[in-house]
Amino acid sequence: MKKQKSMEAFEFKPFDLLNDEILFAILDCLEENPVDKKSFSLVCKSFYFVESQHRKTLRPLPSDFFRKILNRYPFVSNLDLSLCPRITDNTLSMISSLCNSTLRSINLSRSKFFSHVGLSSLLLNCLSLVELDLSNATELTDSAASVIREAKNLEKLWLARCVLISDLGIGCIAVGCRKLKLLSLKWCFSVTDLGVGLIAVKCKEIRSLDLSYVPITNKCLPSILQLQYLNDLVLVGCAGLDDEGLTNLRQGSMSLETLNLSDCQNVSHVGLSSLTNGAGCLRQLIIAYGPPVTLALTDSMQRLPKLQSVKLDGCQITSSALKAIGYWCISLRELSLSKCSGVTDDGLSFLVTRHKELRKLDITCCREITRVSIDNITTSCTSLTSLRMESCNLVSEEAFISIGQNCHFLEELDFTDSEVDNEGLKSISRCSGLSVLRIGICLNITDEGLIHVGMHCPKLIELDLYRSAAITDLGIAAIANGCRMLEMINIAYSKDITDSSLISLSKCSRLSILEMRGCPCISSMGLSAIAVGCKQLTRLDIKSCFNINDSGMVRLAHFSKNLKQINLSYCSVTDIGLLALASISCLQNVTILHMRGLTANDLAAALVACRGLTKVKLHSTFKSLLPQPFIEHIESRGCAFQWRDKPFQVAVDARSWKRQLEATL
Amino acid sequence: MDSEDKLSSETSRNSSMRNDSSKRFILDHQRFSHFDSQQPRLKCDDPASLDYEIGTEPPFSRFNQSSEPSSSRPCNPKAQNEILDQLDVRANEMFVDPTRIHNWDPRAMLSNLSFLEQKIHQLQSLVHLIVGQEGRISGRSDELVAQQQQLVSADLTSIIVQLISTAGSLLPSVKSTLSTGNPFVSQLGNINGVGCPPSIHTNDELEQENRETKGFNHSDVEQKANYVLEQNYAGKSNPSISTIEEHEFKDEEDAGEGENLPPGSYEVLQLEKEEILAPHTHFCLICGKGFKRDANLRMHMRGHGDEYKTPAALAKPTKESTMEPVLIKRYSCPYVGCKRNKDHKKFQPLKTILCVKNHYKRTHCDKSYICSRCNSKRFSVIADLKTHEKHCGRDKWLCSCGTTFSRKDKLFGHVALFQGHTPALPLDETKGSTSDGGESNEATARVRSTGFNFSSSTSSGSGIQNVLDPKSSVDDPSNYFSPMNFDTCNFNGFHEFPRPPFEVPESSLSFLLSGSSNYIPKTGGSLGSESLS
Repeated sequence: MKKQKSMEAFEFKPFDLLNDEILFAILDCLEENPVDKKSFSLVCKSFYFVESQHRKTLRPLPSDFFRKILNRYPFVSNLDLSLCPRITDNTLSMISSLCNSTLRSINLSRSKFFSHVGLSSLLLNCLSLVELDLSNATELTDSAASVIREAKNLEKLWLARCVLISDLGIGCIAVGCRKLKLLSLKWCFSVTDLGVGLIAVKCKEIRSLDLSYVPITNKCLPSILQLQYLNDLVLVGCAGLDDEGLTNLRQGSMSLETLNLSDCQNVSHVGLSSLTNGAGCLRQLIIAYGPPVTLALTDSMQRLPKLQSVKLDGCQITSSALKAIGYWCISLRELSLSKCSGVTDDGLSFLVTRHKELRKLDITCCREITRVSIDNITTSCTSLTSLRMESCNLVSEEAFISIGQNCHFLEELDFTDSEVDNEGLKSISRCSGLSVLRIGICLNITDEGLIHVGMHCPKLIELDLYRSAAITDLGIAAIANGCRMLEMINIAYSKDITDSSLISLSKCSRLSILEMRGCPCISSMGLSAIAVGCKQLTRLDIKSCFNINDSGMVRLAHFSKNLKQINLSYCSVTDIGLLALASISCLQNVTILHMRGLTANDLAAALVACRGLTKVKLHSTFKSLLPQPFIEHIESRGCAFQWRDKPFQVAVDARSWKRQLEATL
Repeated sequence: MDSEDKLSSETSRNSSMRNDSSKRFILDHQRFSHFDSQQPRLKCDDPASLDYEIGTEPPFSRFNQSSEPSSSRPCNPKAQNEILDQLDVRANEMFVDPTRIHNWDPRAMLSNLSFLEQKIHQLQSLVHLIVGQEGRISGRSDELVAQQQQLVSADLTSIIVQLISTAGSLLPSVKSTLSTGNPFVSQLGNINGVGCPPSIHTNDELEQENRETKGFNHSDVEQKANYVLEQNYAGKSNPSISTIEEHEFKDEEDAGEGENLPPGSYEVLQLEKEEILAPHTHFCLICGKGFKRDANLRMHMRGHGDEYKTPAALAKPTKESTMEPVLIKRYSCPYVGCKRNKDHKKFQPLKTILCVKNHYKRTHCDKSYICSRCNSKRFSVIADLKTHEKHCGRDKWLCSCGTTFSRKDKLFGHVALFQGHTPALPLDETKGSTSDGGESNEATARVRSTGFNFSSSTSSGSGIQNVLDPKSSVDDPSNYFSPMNFDTCNFNGFHEFPRPPFEVPESSLSFLLSGSSNYIPKTGGSLGSESLS
């Protein structure tokens, strides 16, 4: 009727010229930002309709309108329920009836309130389900696994931390889901060789297998390594693997590209060499917290012709081993020596001069290296994109200048806890592609250096200024003006930062993570500006911002609808602010410690109102003040309480804090 | 031992036996006392007094020995035929050569015969009575009929016993020319002469005398000629049998697997199917009760008189420690085609009789014992069932096909091997999940049935199992005995003897009559051998 009327009136509608295909094409370009799509759908009814037809991916918030949401989007194939802590069997059966066979992927990784009954009703209708994430479903038992086997088309299955699922369940899945390509059994403590072995026997399509912390032994490895398409094998923390068993392996996997053997205490170079024997395709090898890196170990790795990435985090390493890595005929792209003891200038310098193609280098906490190494790195590895050198305290200021002079392609720099100064920052600001800069605990930098970064690094996404105490509003303003792409900034414990910094930061509309704990000069006004300007804000830490009160919370509650996590400890927020916050439906994670004037009743009211909570950190005194049935009720909604007994702390200034830190080391 | 002592002891044994039989007779009558008024009371004391009169005379010992095998084979028709033959031809043969017979007292014989006459008259009058009753009371209950039949049969038993004993008094004590100790034994054993009933050896002395005893009937001797006798028989195999029984090997079937005796270095014996399946191998000579072990029989014998209580009688029959080298004995399974059968190319002998029994039951018989817990596992040897029941229920690892495993790795190996098989969850866990019920149950049923077929086909290899009803083969004694060699037997005059067309209480007559060719004893009679022991 309406249409007819408008036709009769010869009313010109410009949007009528756009058919659905064009609108779909437009929508395809709006994938990046969810808010854009929302705006699009609010233009007119036809846009609304088109948007609802177009959407394939949905990540709903926990709400009572779940059914309406699903009704609105009939073609959703990808349902991400990771924001919903409480998915029950009823929800699943509803999803099953509404989504039918269009559903291809569902993520239930944040809920443990459904059982095999819900799963079976889900799988009854959703026959084309390909991806299923059941991580953290700690209550699921083997009967759920026996239901999963009905999903014959399943290709990706995450069962991380499904601690009750045993070999029997895994056996059911192995027999039923023959098309599995990815399987994560991380932390499935009840699974042993038998279940994993059966997976390897039955699911020949497996590409990626995560067996981290699964109590397997060597017995299941032969069948795993014979999987024809296995690319990615994660064996973190498999203490059951040992050299003796691994030496019996006749051949490693031919197709394996990534192998993670981290934290396998009983595997040394002997086991590694037999495990990687014949693994000609291996590109990445991760042996973090593994055996001492000696010549024997590097020799065993040398035989891998396609190796590009080696991560030896936390290992003991000898200088000769480092040099041996340098002698490899292959050219590494990525090397991580993070927290390795024994990394010396000598060894590292030789290594980097031979691996000139290195893109990423992580020498975090290699405390022995000096400027010599850095100079060698910068002169030979000019195409570095990532350099992490947190806590390399012996590296002098001049070294940072050479980094900026030689490595122009740097995108990620971690100078945390180093001697970098303004000249260094000025030098590295030449790296126009810089997106991540971490200069926390760098007491030598001031606004001057930061202004250089702000002026020349427009692509900066992440900036960490944690406890870089000399920073003031000027520096922040320069960053805010120059780096509009900023998504994460940490200005914690910067005593001189005031509301004006926040007002300038509010221009960075993409800002989603803001940490500003211990900034005593910030008040509710600054926070309000952030709330208005940064709609994407998801994580906020305002601990010890004593001047922030209820008015800031009210603004926050009104504008920051995407807020997921907040730390309110030591703030001047009362029950009003808390209740206001409770209206943020996304809010999942709240830390409330040492808030004066907050009674148990206020807290209870706020917790009841905040339905989406998954984790609440409270002072342990509230444990006795809140009635037990209330706590149980909140817990039954999917919220976990964490009781902390921290004493009330007085803020310390940056230099004395650093002295304390060094004293503990 | 001088002959006087021997004689007296034998006599006393005989008298006690007579007492026993008469006692039984009384018992029968008492049981049906309401019937007494209609029939002439038997003078039950008579036999005893007669016996005592002839106290110095030994015929009963003869009777005892000669009838022993027949009583030990309660269901053997041959034995009975023998006896019947005897009855029939006694008049002619009894006095064939009186001079040959030592210790023969015609007066005793005469008194025996007069006793028999008396008995037969009594029986006659009883039957008359019954016939008369038949006319008057048409609507008699079956019970009454049965009781009368029992009475008649009891009388008959008594007569037959007397007859045999009388005939036995004629037996010559001269050494037999036969190599075998006892014609009956050799007949009872099959063609190969293996199956000598161990019960013969309950008493060494008896056995000794047995061997001294000649075949007391010429027709018997002729019949015996029809049988192929094993050369080494000579009463030596028996001790080994009894030893085995006492040690009760549980599962020695494969014991001889690896021993690799060169063929010919041992003697191969083969029992017949019936012999293997017989529940009892030791039978009481007096009451006919069967026992599985000789020791039990000896204990049982104590109830028959003080002479069985002597240490000698109770002692384990010692192996005849003759210095002759004993040939190793190995056993063959009668099932043709079986690897344990001596005709098989790769014949592997079985070590003991128990091995034979277990092997035959396990391999060639139906598995009629079903586990009461799982209701799926079946066994043919009861000991296997008991072993299984100890562990049944502990097989907690279950496949969707219904197969259970005691070990998880076995289950997973099984699942890995077979397409479509899934580890099944324990019942308490799966209940509530309704979706996977139907299909898997169906699969379970399907595979279970195929599994059963599989097992039966492997175990039998031919149709014999399917033919044999497990129940009847185990419980029904009529199936134990094939009509072996009946046709070849000479039933001389047998048919003149009125065969009882009625049920005979096993207690009184079974050891004499039960095996007659087309007479099928009813099973499960409440008057089983237990009632008398």
